[in-house]
Amino acid sequence: MKKSILIVAFLLPAIFIKAQDVNELLKQVRAKIEKVNDYVASGKMKTNVIFMKVPVASIKVFFKKPNRLKIKNESGISLIPKGSISISLNNVLAEDGYSALDAGTAKIGNTDTRVIKLLPNDDNNEVVLSTLYVDPVKLLVLKSKTTTKDNGTYELEMKYGIYADYALPDKVIFSFNTKEYKLPKGVTFDYDDGTEKKQPGGKPQKGKVELTYSSYIINKGVDESVFSK
Amino acid sequence: MWKLLQIELFKIYKRPRTYIAFGAVMAIVAVVQVALRYDGKSYIDFMMSGLSDTFEFQNDKVLNGYLVCFIILNTLLIHVPLLVTLIAADEVAGEANMGTLRLLMTKPVSRTQLILVKFAASVIYVILLLMWMAVLALLISILIFGTNDMVVLRNDSFHQMQANDVVWRYVMAFGYATVAMSTVAALSLLLSVFADNAVGPIVATISIVIVLTILSEMNIPLYDKTVKPYLFTSHMVAWKGFFYVKSTEEGETIKGSIENLPAIGRSFLILVIYICLFVGSAVVCFKKKDILS
Amino acid sequence: MASIVSVSHLSKHFRDLKAVDDLSFTVNEGDIYGFLGQNGAGKSTTIRILLTLIEPTAGDIEIMGMNLKNHRKEILQNVGAIIEKPDFYKYLTAQENLSLFAKISGVKVPSHKIKEQLELVGLIDRAGSKVKTFSQGMKQRLGIAVALIHDPKLIILDEPMNGLDPQGIADIRNLILQLSKSMGKTVIVSSHLLNEIELIANRVLIIDKGKKVEEGAAAELFDPANTLVELLVADVETTWNSLQQTSWKDNLYAKEGTTILLRMHRNDIPMLFKTLSSTDIPIYSLSPRHSLEDYFLNITTQNRHVETFAN
Repeated sequence: MKKSILIVAFLLPAIFIKAQDVNELLKQVRAKIEKVNDYVASGKMKTNVIFMKVPVASIKVFFKKPNRLKIKNESGISLIPKGSISISLNNVLAEDGYSALDAGTAKIGNTDTRVIKLLPNDDNNEVVLSTLYVDPVKLLVLKSKTTTKDNGTYELEMKYGIYADYALPDKVIFSFNTKEYKLPKGVTFDYDDGTEKKQPGGKPQKGKVELTYSSYIINKGVDESVFSK
Repeated sequence: MWKLLQIELFKIYKRPRTYIAFGAVMAIVAVVQVALRYDGKSYIDFMMSGLSDTFEFQNDKVLNGYLVCFIILNTLLIHVPLLVTLIAADEVAGEANMGTLRLLMTKPVSRTQLILVKFAASVIYVILLLMWMAVLALLISILIFGTNDMVVLRNDSFHQMQANDVVWRYVMAFGYATVAMSTVAALSLLLSVFADNAVGPIVATISIVIVLTILSEMNIPLYDKTVKPYLFTSHMVAWKGFFYVKSTEEGETIKGSIENLPAIGRSFLILVIYICLFVGSAVVCFKKKDILS
Repeated sequence: MASIVSVSHLSKHFRDLKAVDDLSFTVNEGDIYGFLGQNGAGKSTTIRILLTLIEPTAGDIEIMGMNLKNHRKEILQNVGAIIEKPDFYKYLTAQENLSLFAKISGVKVPSHKIKEQLELVGLIDRAGSKVKTFSQGMKQRLGIAVALIHDPKLIILDEPMNGLDPQGIADIRNLILQLSKSMGKTVIVSSHLLNEIELIANRVLIIDKGKKVEEGAAAELFDPANTLVELLVADVETTWNSLQQTSWKDNLYAKEGTTILLRMHRNDIPMLFKTLSSTDIPIYSLSPRHSLEDYFLNITTQNRHVETFAN
């Protein structure tokens, strides 16, 4: 018993030190992110949801600090997953109301990352838990997982290129839970062409949205009206 | 034969009843367009309710001319058989009732030819009616609602195609609808042969179409594999197949694709077989018929 | 004279009903062939068979030397017909109807002929009116125009006088005579009115219950030497016996009910009058009729009084 207390006594400062470490890392990451006040990004959006067949869309993403984000399809129709607001990491990192916990390290691709868990201090926060995978060298978030109260878990994967200095990814893969999709036949009056249905019934499905950016216009100002609609 | 067809078309052209269908189509299309123009948002909300929990989308873009035309066709093509029947069921029975059939058949016109020509005239009528519908439901809707990507909701999947990937689908769909409606015309014509007054065959055709449509739309396992695949009404809606797209493994719509073309082909073939069967029986029965009217 | 229609052993059964029963007859070129029988005797069925509207159960028909079954088209190109009351597309005008049927007739009809034909039947003023505004008589005339528009050799008219007023009946009668006499057409005309047929037909066929009763030249069937005189008397027996005492005894033919029948030449009737008025025999009426009429009246018992009064 004494022994175990001793171990805990030894370990506690270690955890504390590590936590300090993590907070420092987050601060640096945040600082990098905060260099961007606003941006307009052009790119392609690819939707991959089991029951959906959707063409690749040309989209524009508008962002303005602190955490306003809008994805617009200039010509066609795009179904934007709810919660895609967290495509902007600012949403996760901007506020201070989190406690950061070090959850060790992990490999994302070939990169060693620090795994940081963020717990909101406010019990009523929509976000229950966020997990960040941070490249400590480049100070970039490569992956994040956000668990919400109502909308399940979102996952973000980011790949950086020429805009890495601004912590802006070239590619974002946004994964989310989709509810089972079913409309009554009496509403749709389907033609039953005998095609085999891919959808395995019952369990919730993962959907994916892949954003590939071709260019960013950074800190050139974004009109407020973009976000109003 | 061509001369006889011209005469049949002339009769249809001159008959006031012909224009009821054109008026009815115009009225239904207008009603749907007005409703969607002023209350389209709530309709789209209802339609997309299965997705609105997970996704955000722009109502006004979803509600465009292409979708409106699809909605109109969905509601209208169920009723067009009734309009086609008004003309096709009248072809023989109406003439018997009017007393012109006996005069017509004392002329050097073969009975086979007469039935074939009457069917051809009905088909031309169907084509014109559907072209009229295309103009109203597609062109006018495009003028009112504009164009954009088209979304089609099935009971278990969501299909989206780009705006420039839609018009050819409508061409195919209207083409297919012509065959589907011609099947109804062929049935009406067949029933028309047995009657001396058009009311009977009109009511009979409509009843058959309604009963079989209900059977086709009901989801009763007992009928799913045994009866439904053989009912022509199950295949009349195959025009919708042109709006079901294929996708890549990653769920990306493949432009210009059709999810199950062989199924549409099969449905098409079944309808053609039904048409041959109905028209063939009409010829055989009409050849044997004693004209007593 | 060459035969234009030759029917042999024609039968048509509608289930148990023998509408036409082993009927044979021949129509010669240029004939006005009267087809007599009461309503339901099988006239219309026979005519519809001739026009291929009804398929016969048995029998052979040759028209213009061709088998009807095998040469339907060629035959019908040369036949014009009115079946019962003629009906037309009500939503078309007279001219449209006429040119429509002209086109179907398989013969090229120049457009000026359409107008001529309408003029001939007295409808030129109404050429542009829809047929739904026409009276029965006007439709009848349009029917004749349709029957004649393609200049057929054989014209078949089924009860053409039905529903017409006396003037209309006279018009049709004159037209039929004109078709035969000045245009050389063969006309088959059916009627249940004996006197109408008597006035125009040169040959007559009488049918009853689908069977032939009599066929022959009208001149023979309407032979004045075979005239029957019907006397309506107060006392048949007394009158019969009284007449036995006179020179008319060989002419006595039959007695039934309150009538006595005598057979004689039509020219002898005034003499009979004289004899009867010189005796005290009470006579209510005296009416002559020929033997054909006798046949016909026997067949058409229901119409007896009507026919008698009509005469």
